[in-house]
Amino acid sequence: MTTSAFVPMLLATAKMTIPNMLLALAEAFGVTLYIFGFTLLGALPLGMLVYFGKKSRIAPIRWFVNGYISIMRGTPLMLQLIVVYFAPHLVFGVTMARNWRNLAVLIAFIINYAAYFAEIYRSGFESIPVGQYEAAQVLGYSKAQTFFKIILPQMIKRVLPPVTNEIITLVKDTSLSSAIAVTEMFTLAKKIANSPGSPGMITLFAAGIFYYVFNYLVAFVMRRIEKKLDYFE
Amino acid sequence: MSILSMEHIQKSFGDNHVIKDISLTVDQGEVVSIIGPSGSGKSTLLRCATLLETIGGGTLSYLDEKAAWEENGKVIYKKNLGEVRRHFGLVFQNFNLFPHYTVLKNVTDAPVSVLKRDREEVKAEALALLEKMGLADKADAYPDQLSGGQKQRVSIVRALAMKPDILFFDEPTSALDPELTGEVLKVIKQLAEEKMTMVVVTHEMSFARAVSDRVIFIDGGRIVEQGKPEELFGDTQHERTRQFLQNYKQ
Ligand SMILES: Nc1ncnc2c1ncn2[C@@H]1O[C@H](COP(=O)(O)OP(=O)(O)O)[C@@H](O)[C@H]1O
Ligand SMILES: [Mg+2]
Repeated sequence: MTTSAFVPMLLATAKMTIPNMLLALAEAFGVTLYIFGFTLLGALPLGMLVYFGKKSRIAPIRWFVNGYISIMRGTPLMLQLIVVYFAPHLVFGVTMARNWRNLAVLIAFIINYAAYFAEIYRSGFESIPVGQYEAAQVLGYSKAQTFFKIILPQMIKRVLPPVTNEIITLVKDTSLSSAIAVTEMFTLAKKIANSPGSPGMITLFAAGIFYYVFNYLVAFVMRRIEKKLDYFE
Repeated sequence: MSILSMEHIQKSFGDNHVIKDISLTVDQGEVVSIIGPSGSGKSTLLRCATLLETIGGGTLSYLDEKAAWEENGKVIYKKNLGEVRRHFGLVFQNFNLFPHYTVLKNVTDAPVSVLKRDREEVKAEALALLEKMGLADKADAYPDQLSGGQKQRVSIVRALAMKPDILFFDEPTSALDPELTGEVLKVIKQLAEEKMTMVVVTHEMSFARAVSDRVIFIDGGRIVEQGKPEELFGDTQHERTRQFLQNYKQ
């Protein structure tokens, strides 16, 4: 995703005062938020699907999912970004439109984070005592009722802390998008810092503050949610 | 008509033959205690009766209707096990209350969402049951705010709210501090007086003696001896039973 004409213009005119720099960063932070928001929207539910795949009774599905998780966790996200971006061209010989990178970045982030979320969900489900399933079964709850009414609420509470960690990592990981020339905030900050007549290193410092404040907000919201679920052990 | 009938039940875990031919019939209003050393198969027997484990052989029936039986050397289970489950309730050693539900919701949720009964009617009954068990003020509490004895009483109420024909207990006081066992045993005793049909696995010999119509001693996956409490405790027939009971005499 490219920011509006404002940023290139600023970069070109070399009148990069500190207020202009902050404005440019703020605008590019929109791209960071775009990657962040859509990745969560996609990866949180997809992680559940991946978990179900891992638990599938069909062996080839399990093999596929385990292979996928192991690749996602065992290779750098930056490499995954590049592979997703170039795959249509390299594998299918298709030339993608310029803005394909805006979708490619989301696909790469979503499939990467879904793998991590799936592992978190797995450990969450495994931490639920088997007695919960047995009590539900004896009371006659169906499989679906047991999952949605009894197990899932307890699992969600247990995975909130690791999910929060993952979300905070995601905020910082968005900067890897520069690997496929998606200009989110950090990429822009580097460009500004390197351009003549700019505020220089202060730009990177300012970018750090953006991340920090945003992560502070994320942690605050997650703590609120955790508090909401504090009513049971 | 018997409430529960188990005939020639067998159960193995791999090479471990845990239940070796146990037959047991429980009649309406009867209270049966099962005693025996640790590892003798008591829990496994209850888990087979409550469909938490599949039997390896034999016949399992509730109210004279077969739930599981053998055909050509294979065990067949009835198609609709939900119907079978309506006949029994099970009280676990470690309660297994749902921690995210209040006491009231723990009790009312299954009658409402499984039996599809009227919410208000179920709630009124649940409150009455909680009141009877001395838990009236705990309806809105969460399980982790309760003592072990209170938790176990709630789990008894949860089982009763399903109006089972028979209630199984697997060492209902073993996870409790000694000073809390009394309040739970009192509740079970009260149910016995109301002629609730019950099978109780227990290590509380004086309780078994006072409350049961029949006591069964199990060892090594077999019933060694059974009878009225005064027979089994007073006039023990088998050496193995005597040895076991010896451990409980001060
Ligand atoms: N799920 C299981 N898998 C394997 N072995 C089991 C399982 N449950 C029970 N057993 C074995 O069955 C035997 C009887 O156990 P249990 O029924 O729990 O005895 P009790 O309740 O009388 O102490 C033990 O040897 C135990 O190890
Ligand atoms: Mg046991």
